[in-house]
Amino acid sequence: MITADIATALPEVVLAGFAIAGLMYGAFGGQDRVAGRLLWATAGLFVALAVWLGLIDSGRQIAFGGMYIDDAFARFAKITILLSAAAVLVMGQPYLQRRDLMRFEYPVLITLSVIGMMMMVSAGDLMALYMGLELQSLALYVIAALRRDSAKSTEAGLKYFVLGALSSGILLYGASLTYGFAGTTLFSGILAGVTEGPMPLGLLFGLVFLIAGLAFKVSAVPFHMWTPDVYEGSPTPVTAFFATAPKVAAMALLARLVHDAFGHAAGDWGQVIGLLAVASMFVGAIAAIGQRDIKRLMAYSSIAHMGFALLGLAAGTEAGVQAMLIYMAIYVTMNIGTFAFILSMERDGRPVSDIAALNGLAKIDPMRALALLVLMFSLAGVPPMVGFFGKFYVLQAAVDAGLTWLALAGVVASVIGAFYYLRIVYFLYFGEEGAGLDATMPAVQWGFLMASAVAMLVGVVNLFGIETLAAVAAQTLVH
Amino acid sequence: MVGLEHYLTVAAALFVIGIFGIFLNRKNVIVILMSIELMLLAVNINLVAFSSYAGDLVGQVFTMFVLTVAAAEAAIGLAILVCFFRNRGTIDVEDVNVMKG
Repeated sequence: MITADIATALPEVVLAGFAIAGLMYGAFGGQDRVAGRLLWATAGLFVALAVWLGLIDSGRQIAFGGMYIDDAFARFAKITILLSAAAVLVMGQPYLQRRDLMRFEYPVLITLSVIGMMMMVSAGDLMALYMGLELQSLALYVIAALRRDSAKSTEAGLKYFVLGALSSGILLYGASLTYGFAGTTLFSGILAGVTEGPMPLGLLFGLVFLIAGLAFKVSAVPFHMWTPDVYEGSPTPVTAFFATAPKVAAMALLARLVHDAFGHAAGDWGQVIGLLAVASMFVGAIAAIGQRDIKRLMAYSSIAHMGFALLGLAAGTEAGVQAMLIYMAIYVTMNIGTFAFILSMERDGRPVSDIAALNGLAKIDPMRALALLVLMFSLAGVPPMVGFFGKFYVLQAAVDAGLTWLALAGVVASVIGAFYYLRIVYFLYFGEEGAGLDATMPAVQWGFLMASAVAMLVGVVNLFGIETLAAVAAQTLVH
Repeated sequence: MVGLEHYLTVAAALFVIGIFGIFLNRKNVIVILMSIELMLLAVNINLVAFSSYAGDLVGQVFTMFVLTVAAAEAAIGLAILVCFFRNRGTIDVEDVNVMKG
């Protein structure tokens, strides 16, 4: 019995073993001198696990008495998480090396947070949800403050910790109310309880608190206050990580919670999530206009993108979940490319993050400028880039579910948001030449930037087949 | 007779005091850590009350997990706070302002 359970959760068990072994190796095998080796080993293991998860097709398996669910939806999210975490590790390596931030704890903490994320997307119980979420968050608080001697980085860590702990508390209060009024913490049990008549008021309160807690983690408005500060203050490779894998995990967890545990109350949570979606899209688009720091700008950009992903979820249909998964996969790919560029932004060997530094880059380094142009167009959702199709699927799902007004608001918000992406393109090509950026870029980051930009163009053909994969994943989730 | 609703009322009151402690406090980050702890303990009261009322042990198991995580959370929070203090020489909430949102 227990053997079968562990076999189902084997990827997480392997990663947990690796994290402990890596910590021991780092502590006793040469401290930070082995950090580079450990980082590459971690990235390699992530890719290997992603391939493994992609190859096994075990249908829907339930372990630990329903607490752990392994299905196509979880595997889709896990593969996205693992690959993006591996990409962020590898492309951040030259940056960390040069700034003397290459500590062996970094890959270990990333591994621990990835285990937490994998637990989150496989959670079938409020306890598993909470433990996964905390494992992820606690590791992230620490890496936000990775640069111990910088006031900015420790302040980012402190702010993230305080607001993250607050959100965990809110989520937990919701979990306790849900447990009390449903009589069980199992998602399947809660679902079975909801069908009998209208939802009790206590359960509704629990649901709202749970959604509020998770909205913090996906940085949806009005729970987004921490995002710009944490993105700006953390070291750039850490920011790149924050913008990718944890967002996918929290979004997948939200989808799992509302569909697996509250699937029969779609009318109730659909309104809440729809409101979060519209607020996020507009605040993300409007607040980004005044930003001069590219990391803060990307923070608001991610808030707006989360709004779109939530719009797919608000539809409450299978097509909505599919659109959300496609959107998240595209969003992660775009962000990896953009952050590969931001990691390489240097002037005289010192990192800069002011967007004015992009002035006239097209003359210094045309290839890099062109790749960033493609990514900015894709982030803005300009056809024919892949980013447009992400938005298209979401809007279509929203319209099909009768949320025409939300979809219209989404279109308006994306037009407003296009302004600041296009302003970056303007700086690149028509900005007045001043103190620009260095023309050099580490080969790894260059590779990721180009791969991401090419994917945004080539992906138009068939989206690399993620459409069908996401459809299968959505099918297993929505009953 | 003390019933379930009394426990829930106490827990809700503690939870709200915890949230207000985070937002109204202008003095000291340590007070924020205490407020977070208060919120988690309010949740524990809720869980244990529901568990005992329903005669179901799951709530108490959940409480054990919450206690463990709260301890880890406090440790990490204090560690980050120590780093912050070394850089800024203060832990006043008003001085957490290098970046403005």
